[in-house]
Amino acid sequence: MKSLRSILLPMGASVLAIIIGGILVAALGYNPVTVYGSLISGAFGSGINIGNTITASLPLIIVGLGIAISFQSGLFNIGADGQYWIGATAAVWFGYHFNSLPGWLHMILCIVAGMIAGALWAGIIPGLTKAYVGSHEVITTMMMSYIGILLARYLIEGGPMQQKGFNPQSPEIAQNTQFPYFTQGLMQSQLSLVAVAIAIIAVIVVWFLLYKTTLGYQLRTVGLNQRAARYAGINVKLFTVVALCLSGMFAGLAGAVQMLGVDHRLLDGFSSNYGYTAIVVSLLARNNPIGVIIAGLFFGALTTGGQNMQMVSNVPAALTDVLTGLIIFFVACERIIPQVIGWYRRRRTLKSTSAA
Amino acid sequence: MIFSDPEIWAATLSMAVPLALPAIGGTFSERTGVVNIAMEGIMLIGAFFAVAFSYWTGSAWLGLLAALICGGLTAAALAWGAIRVSADQTVLGMGINIFAAGLTTFLLNTLFGFNGTPISTPKLPNISIPGLDNIPYIGVIFQNQSILVYIMIVLVIVSHWFLFHTRLGLRMRSVGEHPLAADTLGINVWRIRYFGVILSGLFSALGGAYLSIGVLNGFTANMTNGRGYIALAAMIFGKWTPLGSFGAALIFGFSTALGIVLQGQGISSNLLQMIPYALTILALAGLVGRAVAPAADGIPYDPRRS
Repeated sequence: MKSLRSILLPMGASVLAIIIGGILVAALGYNPVTVYGSLISGAFGSGINIGNTITASLPLIIVGLGIAISFQSGLFNIGADGQYWIGATAAVWFGYHFNSLPGWLHMILCIVAGMIAGALWAGIIPGLTKAYVGSHEVITTMMMSYIGILLARYLIEGGPMQQKGFNPQSPEIAQNTQFPYFTQGLMQSQLSLVAVAIAIIAVIVVWFLLYKTTLGYQLRTVGLNQRAARYAGINVKLFTVVALCLSGMFAGLAGAVQMLGVDHRLLDGFSSNYGYTAIVVSLLARNNPIGVIIAGLFFGALTTGGQNMQMVSNVPAALTDVLTGLIIFFVACERIIPQVIGWYRRRRTLKSTSAA
Repeated sequence: MIFSDPEIWAATLSMAVPLALPAIGGTFSERTGVVNIAMEGIMLIGAFFAVAFSYWTGSAWLGLLAALICGGLTAAALAWGAIRVSADQTVLGMGINIFAAGLTTFLLNTLFGFNGTPISTPKLPNISIPGLDNIPYIGVIFQNQSILVYIMIVLVIVSHWFLFHTRLGLRMRSVGEHPLAADTLGINVWRIRYFGVILSGLFSALGGAYLSIGVLNGFTANMTNGRGYIALAAMIFGKWTPLGSFGAALIFGFSTALGIVLQGQGISSNLLQMIPYALTILALAGLVGRAVAPAADGIPYDPRRS
């Protein structure tokens, strides 16, 4: 019953959001069927589109795993966007230095650098201040996220990572650190099987970590009940820092994978919003690593489908953000369901007693 | 020396408005015990509908009214989720922020096309207070500022007085500190919280409208550019008081104004823009003053359970 509800609720919330979005679209004079049709065909209509959808979903899945770890540990890491960009920045920096290394070693170095950078960005300041002075991690991770994005922007806008004589951007990472595409078809959708493999490994690692190791058990205990965890002898302070480090590590990994697999350099903009969408992914997946795959693909499809929708039926791609926002809101309001059921039952008993 | 130039102080004051207004709004919400991170989204809603209705009705004042109504309604949705449903307030706020960014961009593109809002949109007047603008130096700061700058100054003082020197203000604070005790004394916790959250929506929408029809007369996608989050920082740095929020907004506004001035001199504005966020972390860590949130901030109150 509980597991059934945990699947039905996110689906119900999504369906409700899609219906409201359809009404909005229809009110503005579009045909909702063609609009949603172009969205779906844009996401799944051809091999390249499916490849694009998977490519778009990989960073969401990997960041989402990190968010799931923090949620399961009772922490709200809202600043994954900054951790993602700090990880990306570190990976790119290592990517265009150390060119004498062999390709595979260089690649691993970039990925590890991204992971460590993301972990430290989340773990040091938000983690330590949460553990030792109780600063609320929602605020500190959010503030660190903005600082991280500003730092990355500084580095390529006049800072040491700017490529001279170009628009604000960093140099390209070395050819042998870029993930191979293997075939022409995969190249068109920028889908790298290496990135897919890393995402799958990450899902398995997080699942194993959370459900099959002592560390994961302790993290979840801290998340469920801090006081009980303390009485059980768990070092809550340590696990707070560890949880935020792990959470940031996956955000940083996603940044590194995106740089090595798709972008190949830092470009001005920094408005991916992966950190925020990944929170939705994790919420929809009930912080379950396997569910993160499905939710990540769903939002990846929404992204690529939205772009196609804008081209084909001239409906702005921002519609997908409207849907995302509504889904979050409805999922957050899940407690209304038992309340409504209770209210309905009370009313029925009231009616039957008044009739008698 | 740049600090002796009154222009930078005029710019500071102008930059502080869209931070101080939502920060004070957030103060009202969090003082009653509801975390509001949706200020960014509500500002966007306010900014967009201010422009849309200014253009449609031909009156910037009616546009401002529409902004307040739409902002209040958005805040009411947050209040309903946070108070009636006891949903996670951070998640709700994030949902509203994403929804608002999407909705305003979507409506901008569908209603006004991809070229932006019409340039004929009316804006709120800029005024100089007679007498004040004759004072040397200070006069320059207050010369030709948007009328909302003066409204903000009045609102700062009224808000502080309201929160700390009226009965309703005391009730709001008691609901945020210890809702059960307030309930026992016959205060309707839910109603006070609805009031606080909707008030925060009105202030945030006013801040958004300042950007779109106070400074400019148009709306661009995501034009608040994270100001709602800096306002959140200002609220914390100002220790959840209207005067403190205003002071923090001035400091943050100054760092923005300084960034613009120093940009020509080779100092990166990106680094200067970090100041508000860094100060907030320091304040939360207890290194710059001690920022302590209201005790029941973010905790839903269910009168039936207790």
